[in-house]
Amino acid sequence: MLMRLILYRLLQAIPTLLGVATLVFLMLHMVPGDPVDALLGEMALPADREALRHAMHLDAPLWAQYLQFMAGLASGDWGQSLIDQQPVLSLIAERLPATARLAGASLLLAVLLALPLGFWAARHAGKRQDMTAMGFSLLGVSIPNFWLGPMLMLLFSVTLGWLPVSGMNQPGSIILPTITLGTALAAVLSRMARSSWLEAMSSDAIRTARAMGVGDGMLWWRHAGRMAAIPVITMFALQLGAVLGGAVITETVFDWPGLGLLTIEAIQQRNYPLVQGCVLLIAGFYVLANLAADVLAMWLDPRQRQV
Amino acid sequence: MLGRPAVKLAVICLLLPLLVLLAALLHGVDGHAVDLDAVLAGISVAHPLGCDALGRDVLARLAEGLTLSLGVGLVVVGIGAFLGIAVGLAAGWFGGRVDSLLMRLADIVLSFPGILLAIALAAMLGPGVDKLVMALVAVGWVGFARLSRAQVLSLKAAPFVDASVACGSGTVYIGVRHLLPNIAAPLLVEASFGLAAVIIGEAGLSFLGIGVQPPDASLGTMIREGTSLMLVSPLLVVWPGVVLFVLVMAVNLLGDALRDHLDVRGAGAEHA
Repeated sequence: MLMRLILYRLLQAIPTLLGVATLVFLMLHMVPGDPVDALLGEMALPADREALRHAMHLDAPLWAQYLQFMAGLASGDWGQSLIDQQPVLSLIAERLPATARLAGASLLLAVLLALPLGFWAARHAGKRQDMTAMGFSLLGVSIPNFWLGPMLMLLFSVTLGWLPVSGMNQPGSIILPTITLGTALAAVLSRMARSSWLEAMSSDAIRTARAMGVGDGMLWWRHAGRMAAIPVITMFALQLGAVLGGAVITETVFDWPGLGLLTIEAIQQRNYPLVQGCVLLIAGFYVLANLAADVLAMWLDPRQRQV
Repeated sequence: MLGRPAVKLAVICLLLPLLVLLAALLHGVDGHAVDLDAVLAGISVAHPLGCDALGRDVLARLAEGLTLSLGVGLVVVGIGAFLGIAVGLAAGWFGGRVDSLLMRLADIVLSFPGILLAIALAAMLGPGVDKLVMALVAVGWVGFARLSRAQVLSLKAAPFVDASVACGSGTVYIGVRHLLPNIAAPLLVEASFGLAAVIIGEAGLSFLGIGVQPPDASLGTMIREGTSLMLVSPLLVVWPGVVLFVLVMAVNLLGDALRDHLDVRGAGAEHA
């Protein structure tokens, strides 16, 4: 039963992924400037321009280009970088580990901060502790990461000299980017943890358990904890995808050589095939993370298995 | 979540941006005027917040950036809400093919992390505030569409809607006269959280050099310029950030207060 549902959701993701690829293709083709101009400059000879247009298949009708693009995606040929003629996929593969490290560390930090904070806030709902915890969470969602990053740099790298300013290769260089990227995630997750825990505690099941004499600790952890875990885990899976969006900015701030920085570099160089590849990969991962969130929720909560 | 204090806090937070605007107005200096004798000048009577790398007055530029951020935010939320609500009403009311077509479109937009889609669109469309607005609207309408669709679905069977249909009212009339007022509360909450997200989005794109272009000031471009001069003149990155942060917090607090006051659940979840 569960396997069938998971399969069904997997199949549902296919049209979404196709839609994503189509949108990315269309984006590239509504570019106001000509990619040939970006490559050769506007002073190039008409013959050279035509030759390049032909080599890049830009002279083919749009539907033919589209079919070729989709076929390329499926066969693992994501095109070539306009700058150094490297295959897009291998350029992305080079940068992926750095982003994975940063995203993993940020998610870990977010969970380690958010769960205790959310629980603490729920436990003292409506009291001063709750206000403090949710105040922190509000600060976390409101502070833009492209400002938090420079501020942390200013304090810990420039003024105190404790941590490296940017890059990836010195010891401790992951700390500031992790805090920058993890803060907003922690803020969202702690709000979610608080409200799920409170909702669980006000459920009939918990009232019954309390009436039957289940102890307070057991109620909060064993019973309500398990109920609250479902939305929190789902939210976490959603953030698995969202963290890549945030990484684009955080990596740019700290010169962290990951996928996000690659995207921005490609945009600045008007390296359209590479932009296309990066955006596709991040969006594809985002779709899969959303899918994972759905499947996890179905696995944890049988009530969600109804289609 | 923070209850009544949220309103007080929001008002306090709004004071700072207002103060900046008022001070700049009284100060009366042009934020575009380059003064090479005042490059990176510190705080003085002539320049209350100092000057940037081209000797332009930071206070004046801060006010300009703030106006632009708020303006872009309001315009994007306005257009996004209009489009999104129209789409949501149509999808919820007509159902069937219209619904599945419109909602698939929304699904595709939601398949991207919002900031990434805005970055990609803005980069492809090219520089300029109008392109920036288009990119942010392309991302922003979806929240309104999904929310209003869900609300319409739950209202569709209500007796007063039935009665209006029986009286022979037209679709648009029912939508504007009966449905819209009844779904306004969650949409208002969505709009306030959306505004916070758009303000951060605009500044983020401008920070990346994709949105507002120099010499125009945006809080994002000012943070970008300040970051590169952090070692020489750290206050340049502090000012625009503080203003942006406080502004976003005020808008978030207003959203929280509205959500509690109107007793709305679910709205704004995508920006939470």
